[in-house]
Amino acid sequence: MMNALETFLQATVAAGTTYLLATLGEILTERSGVQNLGVEGMMIVGAVVGFAIAHTSGNVWLGGFIAAFTSGILGGVHAFVCVTLQQNQIVSGLAITMLGIGISGLLGKAYVGLPLSTKLLRYSVPFLSDIPVLGPFLFNHDPLTYLSMILVAVLWYFLFRTRGGIIIRSVGENPGAVDALGISVERTRYVCTILGGVLIGLAGAYLSLFYTPAWSEGMTGGKGWIVISLTIFSMWSPNRALFGAYLFGGVEVLQYRLQPLGISPSLLAALPYVATIVALMFGASERMRRRIGAPSALGRPYKRGD
Amino acid sequence: MKVSVEKSEATSRLTTLISSILSVGLALCVAAIIFLSYRVNPLEAYRRILFSAFGSWHGFSETIVKAIPLMVCAAGLTIAFRAKLWNIGAEGQLLIGAISSSWVALSFPNSPSIVLLPSMFGLSFFFGSLWGLVPGLLRAKFGTQVAITSLMMNYIAAKILEHLVYGPWKGPAEWGFPQTSKFSISAQLPRLASTRIHYPTLLFGIIFAVFLHIIISKSRFGFEVRATGENPQAARYAGISYFKVAIITMLVSGGLAGVAGFGEVAGIQLRLRMGISPGYGYTAIIVAWLSRLNALLVIPVSLLFGGILVGGDAIQLMGLPFAAVDLFNGLILLCVVSGEFLNQYRIKVKK
Repeated sequence: MMNALETFLQATVAAGTTYLLATLGEILTERSGVQNLGVEGMMIVGAVVGFAIAHTSGNVWLGGFIAAFTSGILGGVHAFVCVTLQQNQIVSGLAITMLGIGISGLLGKAYVGLPLSTKLLRYSVPFLSDIPVLGPFLFNHDPLTYLSMILVAVLWYFLFRTRGGIIIRSVGENPGAVDALGISVERTRYVCTILGGVLIGLAGAYLSLFYTPAWSEGMTGGKGWIVISLTIFSMWSPNRALFGAYLFGGVEVLQYRLQPLGISPSLLAALPYVATIVALMFGASERMRRRIGAPSALGRPYKRGD
Repeated sequence: MKVSVEKSEATSRLTTLISSILSVGLALCVAAIIFLSYRVNPLEAYRRILFSAFGSWHGFSETIVKAIPLMVCAAGLTIAFRAKLWNIGAEGQLLIGAISSSWVALSFPNSPSIVLLPSMFGLSFFFGSLWGLVPGLLRAKFGTQVAITSLMMNYIAAKILEHLVYGPWKGPAEWGFPQTSKFSISAQLPRLASTRIHYPTLLFGIIFAVFLHIIISKSRFGFEVRATGENPQAARYAGISYFKVAIITMLVSGGLAGVAGFGEVAGIQLRLRMGISPGYGYTAIIVAWLSRLNALLVIPVSLLFGGILVGGDAIQLMGLPFAAVDLFNGLILLCVVSGEFLNQYRIKVKK
């Protein structure tokens, strides 16, 4: 029983890491007021590029790095359309998703079914990983998972305790005021969208380099959309994102384990989407929005003098 | 010499047309570079796409087949988009329409066509609009973003479909494939001789596109929709009910997408299965956008994108995966949305 629980928790964290990395990226982007519906596309590009580079070079780290870089470029494209050209963020995000799925199909064709020569290894933290239940849950993972956990704290500290964080949140809240102080709204949004893309790319690379590890067409299978719902579900807070990512990761792990009990895996997989709609309903009132800190200028291009 | 960007006062039809052509042209050029890197001659690829989609009656009939769901969905999207309700849930609304009409077909296989087809049609419209109503209602009541909620509804619909065809609705004689049994002949839409064109759905799409165009441009309600889209606050002061606009436009666009789903199961697949739509609901967004939210233009533009889908099969013979179509569609949408900039601003060169 203990063992089953430990395996389940470990699998939950492994499934949740993709969500966590990408959600942290999306939180950063959305906190600056840019809505990015291109997550699915950026993630799948990260997955294919990461795998292709790691397969060719034999170096998983190089794969992860280039994956993050490439998705960052896609973030830059999104920022160009949304910030510089001030066009519709929803449509731009959708276009990025279609583009990303197309790119991944083209690039990935040669890599379907190939193995990785090197894998990202698990590092157990000495002593700590021997603690029952908690040990396998927190201290027996691959480096990217540790990185994602550390990033939660870093992003939280950065957003809520540093000047840079205040600037980003203000740009998402009231860009006019920030502009009046002589801080560039454009540059802030560019940086946040590109860095968000970097994290999303890393999440994709995690999928193809560690979680699966292999490349198959369409392997993100809607995970990017779950990230968008997680961002809302966690109310743009890195701490709650940690909780939400593992919750949704757990649902994913349970999906097939509960099947013998007669619970449909498909309907269980629909739960995160239903949960998001419900969360949106409760979180949408003006009072709630203020309390949970939804960025007010989210999705609105900033024009000086408007 | 000084170059500056200024907000232009009015957009002429000509600049709109030019910016659309430039956008598609730019997408073609970028795609050409990508094709070249795969050692595929882009001109040859484009020639093959054109030829396979429009070069023969058989090819063209397939183009129409793919254009039908695009047209029906996109026509509905134009009215929602005019009100700035970003319904990206046409895919889910289509699936729900397909599911509900399949339920009728599978439950009453022995009823005559004259009863079966209209009830399948009616139910697909009803449930499609219900699926669209949820985001519309949430927007009007709670102010949630239609884009996000309608997107979530897509996945809920897809998971329901998956559940049904893998589980309770799986056909007993389908060798374990995730699909229902074939519909009885009375639940199948008639087709144009020797093609797969299920013409009732095609006619429905054309008539509704024209009808919606007239509603949007000529009627009182169309004015309310446009006013709400352009300036919701001002529209509210003018006594226009946001609730009414949001509900009706979402009902209409959801219902139409539902009918597109009915067309696919009753006219093409003849059963419910996974993958009944290769993302028609998403491609319809590009169609609506490239049509500049003009329902009449949706008719030719959906033919163009139907052709691209047919061409996608042809370029697979050149060693390019079908994903090239996604790439191409994504590029077009990205260029078109960026090209909107040219409509809003004028680049001025002063000496």
